[in-house]
This record gives sequence, C-alpha cells and structure tokens, in this order.
Amino acid sequence: MPPVYRGKFGKPQAERLLWRAGFGPRPGQAEKLAKLGLHGAVHSLTHPGRERLRGPKPHDDHGHPLAPYDAWGHDQLWWLDRMVRTSRPLGERMTLVWHDWFATSRDGVDSARLMIRQNQLFRTHGLGSFGTLLTEVTKDPAMLIWLSGTDNTKDSPNENYGRELMELFTIGADRGGYTERDVREQARALTGWRNDWNDNVGPVNFRYDPRRHDDGVKTIFGKHGRFTWRDSARLCVQHRLHPSFFVTKLWSYFVPTPPSSATKRELQHLYTHSGHSVRPVVEAILKHPALYEGPRMVKPPAVYVAGLLRALRRGIDTEDWTWLLSLAGQQLFYPPNVAGWDDTRWLDTSTFRARWMIASRAIEPHVLKTDKARLPDDASKLLSRAETFLGSPVLTGHTHGELKRFARRALGDANAKWKKEQYPALIENALRQLLASSPDLQTC
Amino acid sequence: MSRCHHCDEFSRASLVRRTAAEAGRGLPAIEPGMPLPAGTGLDRRAFVARSAGLVLSIYGAGKLKLFEEGIARAAGGPAQPVLVSVFLPGGTDALSVLYPGLDGAYRKLRPKLALNPGDGTQFSEDPRLFWHPSLQPFATLHGEGKVSVLPAVGYTHPDQSHFTSRHFWEVGATEARLASGWMGRYLDHTGTKDNPLQGLSLDYQLQPSLASTKVPVASLAAPDDYSFWAPGVWGDVEDRMLEALEPLGARRSDPFLNQAANATAQSDRLRRQLAPFVGTGYGTPVPYPDVDDSFPKQLAGLAAMLAANLPLRCVALTAPGEYDTHSDQPQALADGLDVTARSLLAFQRDLEARGLADRVLTLVWSEFGRRAEENGSDGTDHGAAGTAFVIGTRARGEMVGEFPGVANLDDDGNLRATSDFRGVYCSLLEQWLGEDAAAVIPGASSFQRPVLVK
Repeated sequence: MPPVYRGKFGKPQAERLLWRAGFGPRPGQAEKLAKLGLHGAVHSLTHPGRERLRGPKPHDDHGHPLAPYDAWGHDQLWWLDRMVRTSRPLGERMTLVWHDWFATSRDGVDSARLMIRQNQLFRTHGLGSFGTLLTEVTKDPAMLIWLSGTDNTKDSPNENYGRELMELFTIGADRGGYTERDVREQARALTGWRNDWNDNVGPVNFRYDPRRHDDGVKTIFGKHGRFTWRDSARLCVQHRLHPSFFVTKLWSYFVPTPPSSATKRELQHLYTHSGHSVRPVVEAILKHPALYEGPRMVKPPAVYVAGLLRALRRGIDTEDWTWLLSLAGQQLFYPPNVAGWDDTRWLDTSTFRARWMIASRAIEPHVLKTDKARLPDDASKLLSRAETFLGSPVLTGHTHGELKRFARRALGDANAKWKKEQYPALIENALRQLLASSPDLQTC
Repeated sequence: MSRCHHCDEFSRASLVRRTAAEAGRGLPAIEPGMPLPAGTGLDRRAFVARSAGLVLSIYGAGKLKLFEEGIARAAGGPAQPVLVSVFLPGGTDALSVLYPGLDGAYRKLRPKLALNPGDGTQFSEDPRLFWHPSLQPFATLHGEGKVSVLPAVGYTHPDQSHFTSRHFWEVGATEARLASGWMGRYLDHTGTKDNPLQGLSLDYQLQPSLASTKVPVASLAAPDDYSFWAPGVWGDVEDRMLEALEPLGARRSDPFLNQAANATAQSDRLRRQLAPFVGTGYGTPVPYPDVDDSFPKQLAGLAAMLAANLPLRCVALTAPGEYDTHSDQPQALADGLDVTARSLLAFQRDLEARGLADRVLTLVWSEFGRRAEENGSDGTDHGAAGTAFVIGTRARGEMVGEFPGVANLDDDGNLRATSDFRGVYCSLLEQWLGEDAAAVIPGASSFQRPVLVK
C-alpha cells in the first residue's frame, strides 16, 4: 500500500483536502472535517451518501431558472451551481477531472444536450471502473462527433479517436506502447458507429451499424482478432503501460509534483488488483503524505469561482460567471483542445486581472457603504473581519502581514474627521478584495 | 471535411467573445456614485509626462511617481522593431480579397458571388486581379509600395478545420501538439524576465501565437482598460490597495504560491506601465474609423503606446468582422474588410505622423481561404490557400508567390498555395526581428524565405 500521511490533521490539512478533492470549504466545514481525522475525512468524501443540493437555487440575471440546453452559457452555470451546492464535492470534482481527461469541446460538438449527457456520464462513473468509463466514453455521442467516431467507416477509416484513445486517454505518447500500425488497426476496430441528422435537434440516433464495421482480422499490440470497438477499449486498459499512465495522470490532478517511483508502483498495484477501479486509487492519493506535506496547487478558475461562492454562501444569481470564467481561461464545456487545459498555465496578466474581477464580482453584493457601516479604527480587527467574511481561510504569515500593513497605512491616511469616519469601510472593502485575489487564495 | 454545424458554432463562439468583451467593458473603472473629486479631498490632476508627450489626467496624487518611474524605465532601452499580427478569424475568401474579375472560369464557379472588374481597383502586380472594393485602403498603401501581397499562402496537406489550421498558424508549424506560439518562442529567446509588454495580446485572452514558456507576456483588451477596480474602494484607500499588490507579489518559497505571487507582481508591473493610459486614454494625430468595434481603438492605443516608447516587441490582435462566410458572403465580407482596412490605413498614417513607421511591420492573415466554387447559400465553404499581407514602410512591397488561378485547383476544389506561412515567419524573424529562424520555427531550414523587408 502507498504511504499514508501521519502528521497532524487539523484545519489547514482539512481545508487543503476540501480544495483538492472538491471546491473548498463552506464556512466552518474545514474545522468540522478535521474532527473526523484523516481516514474519516477521506471516507466522507469518497462515500458521501445520496446527493443533496444545498443553498439558494440558481437563476439568471432576470431571476429566471437556468435553461442549460437552450440559453447560451447556461450549461456552464448549471454545472457551476452543482459545484457550489453539491453534498458530493468529490463526485463533482471527478466530473471536472474526466472533462479534462476526455476533453470534448462544444466548439466541435455544437450541442448542449450531448455535452450535458457526456457530463452526466462522468458523474455516474467518476469513481467506478475505469474500463466501464472508457467503454461508455468510446460510444458517447459527444465523443463520437468530437473525435470523428461516426465518420470512421470500413470504407474510409478515420484515425482520430483511435489515436487519442491511446495517446491521451490510456497509454501515453512516446513510451513505446504502440505503433502507427496500432493506430490504423484501432481505427479499423472502432468502425461501425453512425448517427442521423435532424435539422431541429442536430445529430440524433447514435447507433452501431455492423454494415459500416470492418469485421476483418486486426493486429493490435501484437494480438490478432476480429476486434470491435469494445475490444479497442479493453485492449488499452489491459495494456502493460496503462496502469502507470493512469495513476500518474490521476495523481497530477491532486498533487502538483510527480509521485515517487515507489508510490507509483504501489498505486499501480492497487489499481490493477482492484480491477481498474478509480475509487481506491483516489483514496490512496487523498491520504498520501505528498498531498499534505508537498507544495500548494493553483486552483483552476472554475474551482476558484465555486469556492468563493461556497465561502460566501452565495448561489448562482448572475450570468457574469460565464464570461468571467472565460476571461480567466476556463470556459466549461470548451476545453482548448483534446489534451484539455494546461494546468501549468492558469495565470498570466490577463487571467490574473480576470481573477481580480471574479473576486470583485463575488464580494460586490456585500459592499460596505461609508455612510452606513460602523467599523473599528483598528487594522487587526478590520483584517479579522475580512477573514471571517471569506470563511476564515488559513493564510500565510507573509500575506497576513502585508494585508495588515496595508490596513494600518490606509488608516494612517485619515487626516480629517470625514476620513476617519469613512475610511474603515473603504479599507474593509479593499481587504476583502485583496484577500480574495491574494496568492494564498489563488492556490490551495 | 467541412461540416456546417461546426461553423455555426464558430460564429456563436465569436459572438460570445464579443459579448464577453462588452461585459468586460461594462465594469466601471470607478465605483458608481463615487463622490466627485472636489469636496472629498481627492485630487484630480493633469500633467504632461514629458518623455512620452502624453497628456495625462489622473485621480490621486500618490500615483504620479509611479507613472514617471514606469515611463522612464520603459523609455530607457533602444528602439526595437515591432511586429504586429492581425488575425482575420474564420477563413477569409482569397478569391474575393483579390479576385480574378476577367476570368470566365471564376465567373462560372461563382455565378452569384463573382465581383466585376469595375468593382475594385486593378492590382498593379498582376493585371488579372482586382482588389475587393472594401480593400481600397490596402490598394492605396500598395500604390505607395508599403504592402507585400501573398495571394495564395498556406501549407502542404491543408487542414480544413478552423481549429486545427489556426493552431498551425499560431504555433508556426503543422504540429498539433506544439503548445507554444511562434512569437512566444521568439520572445523566449530574446525577451527579458521583467517586461510583460514585450509580447502583447490586445485581447481579453492571450493570443496563442504569443504563448511563451520562459518569459512573461501580457494580454489586455485595451491599454486604457487595464485597471484594478474594487467595489466600494476609492481615493487614498484605493491607492494604498494598489500599492499592496507589489508586496503581495513578493517571492515565496512554495513554488506554486510563488507562481501566483509572480502573476500578481507581473500584473502590477503591467498596471504601472499602462497607468498613463487608464482613465483618460490618449490622443491620436490622425482620425480612426468611428465604429462600434474596438479594433480601431486598439490600434490607436497601440500607436500611442509605441509613441510612449513602451517596450513592445510582438503584438497580436484579432480583426473585426466575420470571415467564416458560409452564407450571405457579400455583405459580411465587405463589412469586415472595410473596418479592418480603414483602421489599418489609419494606423499606418498614425505611425507615419508620429515618426514611428520605420519601426513597425504588420502581418495580416487568416487560417485558410475558401472553396473556389460557391455553395448554394450565397456563401463559400472552407478552402485551402488564403491571402496574407505584410504592411509597413519597410515592407518590400512586392508580391510573394503568384496567383495560382482557378484552372488548377486541388482535389478538394481549393486554391493551391504558392507560398508557405512558415517561410513567411522565417523571413519576418530573420529580416525584421534579426533572429535566426532555426531557433524558433521547427524545420526552418526546409522553408524558402521570401524577401519581405526592404
């Protein structure tokens, strides 16, 4: 078994776990989770019980319910709402993981209906058998369109899915796991899917049509047979290089530094002996010392937004999150390409400003008015209020010190009576903004 | 393969980008209801930054020093050549941009869309061709020897997916997995660690061609737009809040906390560099088209930034208009080309008026051209070779590669390329930016370098 974290499991550790395995704590949730201890805490995430959606119901800018299939951007809001309100954060986080792993974009699929259907598939199979998930993804309509599955026929084979299946989904490129011949033979095995076109709805009636399937003998990874699409997926999961690919990739979603070779070996063993089950591997990663003792991670934009809303107990009450997430570089349902988002490149000068704007938009409904608010003329107290406002996140000493220094200096500028009255509210607003967009809250 | 639903999506995606842009502009620079400066102790001051020749009008006395520092630092280095990339999104129809108006075969392929010889000006380098009427500004600049025309630029085995073909152009290679942009890699070789403005995406997101791996680059929608507004914060407190960004961006030992701190610090540096432009903007010596689209404003801002001697090297922006003209092509194409060409002419005149024209070269490109034969809905489907232009007083002004004609189309019925975009990049790198293309463009040695610069 991979090593298990043996250090103190207090609020900071519980908070990190909630961010890595979900979308951050609601106020007080990290303290509560810490009381369960490491094993109890991880178990509560991997075995969460029936789903409940808690908190205010989502609506658009006009107060209407969301229309994820029909209204532009509402698909994203629909999912973001689940991230904010779910009682099964890990299930939702795994859905985001699989959305990135099997990155499919509405840019190519052009159907909210099919994208959400695929999204539900990730939710259903997210912690179950990877073999089942892969089989389902292989015949998923959005994927069949995205990677040309229904264009792949025995007369005109298309290598698009066959190649990505091995390169991005199961084995990895440049590892000696497969050849260009395997790509061509996989394409042949995957032939047979088709769909019809309906002018009103778009692509419909996805089905397997044996007449379009190439039923000849194929040679894949040195094995011969009249392979079909099911064999394609199965052969990849059984490939000798698949377990190492799988555990390394899965690990990278939770821990930013690669696993040691011993840990990798142990995770592979766990994965193989569980019959390619996802849950035990995720559990082992969530209990691994590297998650608690290693460096922080940059929160993906969707996680950052959902987490702010959770901390503020705010529901989806504006469509602005759609364009703000897009500015921040993560438009849900639109990964940049089939390789998914680049987790090393979330932050540049434009996306940092987008995150600043996200923080502004998140705290805006609670802005303090200078003529109403009565606030203490004390930097520490002002900062402590701002921390409470944002759910009392654990801060580094440096950030805490700089925020306090800002508040002290700004209070020092109040050299007139009206300033002494008004500045504390302005400072409190600024502290919320600085804290919500600080490096500490961009990472977890 | 072209699929219609793909392209509906293309136009909707650009629509939503525009919506995002509007929404982004909608955020106020200062809090609504904020008291007027007079009477609150706030100080509205105007001053002239002499080094930049800009009239600045700003709120708050505390910032003055930062402006001056930012400008002084920026103005310190020697003037460098600047490359501007303008992308026409959607695949611009080469057979309309420069059309063979006298060719019977063209008229047969385009019974409804063919333009007449009298519609546009004859192209002096190839009398078979005529400029699209909306491109008269380009014809004018070409007449002055300031435009090199590439009538059929592309690559072998053309890909007809917007997504893939644009990616190839952005990364400077026909490699699907290459993740850095061609200008980004150039900056990785020659840029510095502390100047995000060296690679500037005038957009809400980083233009992929500028994606670097080692040095910082910046993206902003407009130079007068890069501000950090916070709800319920103004005056002295706002100044103090912005001052706090620098120490919050200080180096941290945790590598990823440090990455976030770094982004904070770079954004703060960019904010200071651009502070002269925020709020009141900048003046322009020539008129730009007065249209809703932000393109002319972005170009005007770019000229002003160059005039302020801000340290820009590579700039990328997207042209206005919708070029994925599967239907109703005549109007859509004319509108898009019109604003684009008039704005670029104004930009050129602006640079000339400011004495900067010898420092700037502009490449105008699209991800592919369109099918030679029109479709049934007054439009054209995806094609292969397209047109590109290199504009500037230092542009050689001579055609690169000949017009291939419509008699010898490829198997898909598309124009064949007579120049390769990777060769164009090699030339721009070597002849304009003074960098060995081998360090930037994969397989650079295999591409012919057209002479693009005089």
